[in-house]
Amino acid sequence: MSITKKASAASKKSFINYGIVIIFYIVFQILVSTGNITSALKGQLIPIACYMIMAVSLNLVVGISGELSLGHAGFMSVGAFTAVIVSAAMGDASNPARLVVSIVIGALLAGLAGFLIGIPVLRLNGDYLAIVTLAFGEIIKNILNCLYVGIDEKGIHIAFNNPDAMGMSATGKTVINGPMGAVGISKISTFTSAVVLLILVLIVIQNLVNSRTGRAIMAIRDNRIAAESMGISPMKYKMLAFTLSASMAGAAGAVYALNYSTLVPKKFDFNTSILVLVFVVLGGIGSMTGSLIAAGVLVVLPELLRKFSDYRMLVYAIVLILVMLVTNNEKLKGRMDIFAKKMRMKVSKGGKK
Amino acid sequence: MKKKLLSLIMAGTMVMAMAGCGSSADAGAATGTETGTAATTDAGTGTAAPAGDGALTGTLKLGVIGPLTGGAAIYGNAVVNGTSIAVDEINAQGTGFSIELQAQDDEHDAEKSVNAYHQLQDWGVQAIAGTVTTTPCIAVSAEANSDRVFMLTPSASATTVTEGKDNVFQLCFADPNQGSASAQYISDNKLATKVAVIYNNADAYSTGIYQTFKAKASELGLEIVSETTFTDDTTDFSVQVGDAQSAGADLVFLPIYYTPASLILQQAAKTGYEPTFFGVDGMDGILTIEGFDTSLAEGVMLLTPFSADATDDLTKNFVSSFNSKFGETPSQFAADGYDCAYAIKAALEFYAAKNGGLDVTGMGADELCEILISVFTDSSFSADGVTGLGMVWDTNGQVNKQPKAVVIKDGVYVGM
Amino acid sequence: MLAHLINGISLGSIYAIIALGYTMVYGIAKMLNFAHGDVIMVGGYVSFCFMSYMNVPAPIAVLLAMAICTVLGITIERLAYKPLRSATSLAVLITAIGMSYFLQNSALIIWGANPKAYPNIFKDIEAFEMVGGARVSPVAVVAITANLVIMIILTLFTSRTKMGKAMRAVSEDKGAATLMGINVNFTISMTFAIGSGLAAIAGVLLCTAYPTLMPTTGSMPGIKAFTAAVFGGIGSIPGAMIGGILLGVIEILARAYISSELADAIVFGVLIVVLIFRPTGLLGKQIHEKV
Repeated sequence: MSITKKASAASKKSFINYGIVIIFYIVFQILVSTGNITSALKGQLIPIACYMIMAVSLNLVVGISGELSLGHAGFMSVGAFTAVIVSAAMGDASNPARLVVSIVIGALLAGLAGFLIGIPVLRLNGDYLAIVTLAFGEIIKNILNCLYVGIDEKGIHIAFNNPDAMGMSATGKTVINGPMGAVGISKISTFTSAVVLLILVLIVIQNLVNSRTGRAIMAIRDNRIAAESMGISPMKYKMLAFTLSASMAGAAGAVYALNYSTLVPKKFDFNTSILVLVFVVLGGIGSMTGSLIAAGVLVVLPELLRKFSDYRMLVYAIVLILVMLVTNNEKLKGRMDIFAKKMRMKVSKGGKK
Repeated sequence: MKKKLLSLIMAGTMVMAMAGCGSSADAGAATGTETGTAATTDAGTGTAAPAGDGALTGTLKLGVIGPLTGGAAIYGNAVVNGTSIAVDEINAQGTGFSIELQAQDDEHDAEKSVNAYHQLQDWGVQAIAGTVTTTPCIAVSAEANSDRVFMLTPSASATTVTEGKDNVFQLCFADPNQGSASAQYISDNKLATKVAVIYNNADAYSTGIYQTFKAKASELGLEIVSETTFTDDTTDFSVQVGDAQSAGADLVFLPIYYTPASLILQQAAKTGYEPTFFGVDGMDGILTIEGFDTSLAEGVMLLTPFSADATDDLTKNFVSSFNSKFGETPSQFAADGYDCAYAIKAALEFYAAKNGGLDVTGMGADELCEILISVFTDSSFSADGVTGLGMVWDTNGQVNKQPKAVVIKDGVYVGM
Repeated sequence: MLAHLINGISLGSIYAIIALGYTMVYGIAKMLNFAHGDVIMVGGYVSFCFMSYMNVPAPIAVLLAMAICTVLGITIERLAYKPLRSATSLAVLITAIGMSYFLQNSALIIWGANPKAYPNIFKDIEAFEMVGGARVSPVAVVAITANLVIMIILTLFTSRTKMGKAMRAVSEDKGAATLMGINVNFTISMTFAIGSGLAAIAGVLLCTAYPTLMPTTGSMPGIKAFTAAVFGGIGSIPGAMIGGILLGVIEILARAYISSELADAIVFGVLIVVLIFRPTGLLGKQIHEKV
């Protein structure tokens, strides 16, 4: 009895999230088609959806699996640069086909990177794990800084640290030019595709969390030794969550990359990883709804603050600190709890009438 | 339940924070005007003037995009300040034509730059003087190309900025020109036989100049004995300077901006290495770094289109008004921004004179874009500015002007 | 080779001084103070202002910068971190990141975006000539000496003085320390004071060695020093020193002999290898888990 109740509560929660995404999509789609939207907000729709995917996928690692990862942007960049190469190599195909293949291959390669990095990383604990993920994020950025990729009629040429070593024919086109990144990317991402991907990611994560596997992952998070003695392999389940999260970040990166005509490895540095972590923490660790809302609000916030000109990022910093202080303050929390209870009482009373 | 509550509180706080922003936003904008950064300079005296006499009238909404915060903020702020001086001057002339200026921050990031561009579009921008740095400029110029918005970038010098985009023009030299001109100058004046190059390979500007310099140098028989690189975060140049020193280079070519250049000069002084240092336009500004020991820059040569110590009236006037408004000597970036505003004005006047007048108020950005393209690619159009007299543009959007070679003597530039 | 080694040790010593601040705060307050790198930047700017605008002699300027950074450190702790003492470590981490943004952007508004060239404190002192022609700059000598002196003083402080012992007690068990009559809040404030004072010294040395000063000056050295602290075993004072110096040497050698682009990747790669074999760093305590 109580189990089915719990399960239905969980699926109810999941449906709230799909609802949020679908409403988000429909509202903006209507606004765009009726022309009632500022071009500033319109231009941000795809990045917002991408950051939402980043946030929920990081939440899988930080919230569900309980590991602090500071290198999530690294996986995003693997997906992004893979997508740039794939879409350039498929130059003749139709745009939707290019986009889908780019996302799939980007996600696969990012997942592979996540798997390889997970082997050493997941042996560690706590802050040591955090610093190693940070280190891997920086290493990925550094390696991409040295990567040169070109395409000519013979196929793809890849060189490391020396653009001349690609040996391209005269008609070849450089796709990725080391630290200067990629230029001339064809912009084939669409808002619809980004939202579809977001919903897919949510389906995968929420079904995982409510499954046997998800409960195993959370059991490891709550008490590793106890879970291990129950016969759950911590390495296997942590690895599953980490790899899955990395491949989702890769998919987000692919959509993100194909929305801009240029992309540099520096974009995906430590600061971007932190930005996504801020979404997760502010939204509430483990809460997918929170991640979605926080990602949406915090991506738009700096744009809304443009009126402050120089003081913009200062205001952003103050908002960040204040929100953390308010939401984590025991006294305030207690008061809010009482307030919420009163509200609920009122609502239920109103319902009875 | 707790989590739900948490997100509720968070959402509530956010809404409140944003409401707060809304109410105090006016105050923020007002201070912005005063400091000149992100200023919305009010349209001056522009009232209706008789049309049909070849006169340029109306108010142009000009947007600037550049890094106003973050690590590259110095370049963006310089351009915005320079542009605002030009706009103030133009508006004070009272000819019936005025410019309304709005600057948006992009933090030297492509994503933010596209956001900034969209902000300008919402404001109703008619032409853009920007963006300041190269990578964001490539992203924005692709958008502007499909939206048909005219762009004149003051300082994004890579060829990829203008390539394949008929609406994008550069006011600064394209990178290849500077590299080959420098090699030519070094070879012609027999400044060195062994050359070392230190460049920033994370920067399109620096790498672009390096590549053309290298090609031209090997053509002219200059021997490059040391090539070392660094990236944006580098502050330790002991390895790069040490390599040039041990290779016995008698000239070090620095196709880089002046901040890292100042560090290289100090590192060289520390290790007692005294070659000739040869820079490009990014080196300009090295004498204005607050607290920099200018004696270290003694004998540094550079090719630059602008020097703040030039004695022509145009430069003198610009430097003095910049100094009185911002309390510092304008850098090359400021000069580029200044020239951008005047070049656009000159182009509009050129069109007005030919077509019996032009009133730009409320004109569509796309309409204006075609007009400006036609003028900039017109071979009889040329513009004068502090970075060069008689600047002309080719159909690729690249500018043609004369670089000046200067050497630093006793802390000031001296022409060579 | 020798020249690179000396440069590496000099850079590493500066990392080590920053890492000491990280490690002290982490050991006692169990939080990653991401704003630490930005306190270094403030130290650099404050000393710059005293020296360039008021012509204060360098040693006094350093002391004043230390005083101001100490006050700043305590203020940050009181306002932003103390209310979160019982919150999750992630909440504190995000607050620290917010504080880091706050300091950087305040500096941008106060001092502007233009980089400032830091005055050379050791202008009148000639570089020392070593065997083999390598030159040792005075700032390298000062950095290495300062590092050793600070490490010795800190070790003595934590093992001999009452305050130091209180710090160790708080780091072991906050609850038990309170029961023993230790004022935990005061002890944590003191830790921040010491860490921030050290940051000011690091700021002056960093800016003297690499004389450019920008609002973002502290962020990269901050991350590197954090890495160094973990490398040596976070919470351990000698560990921070060894980690810092090793990191500096590896960075410079990698830049000189392998590739300047990959130098950072190599530094982080070595860190990962060390942590795989010694999961709590070189000198970190091995913690045994219990259910």
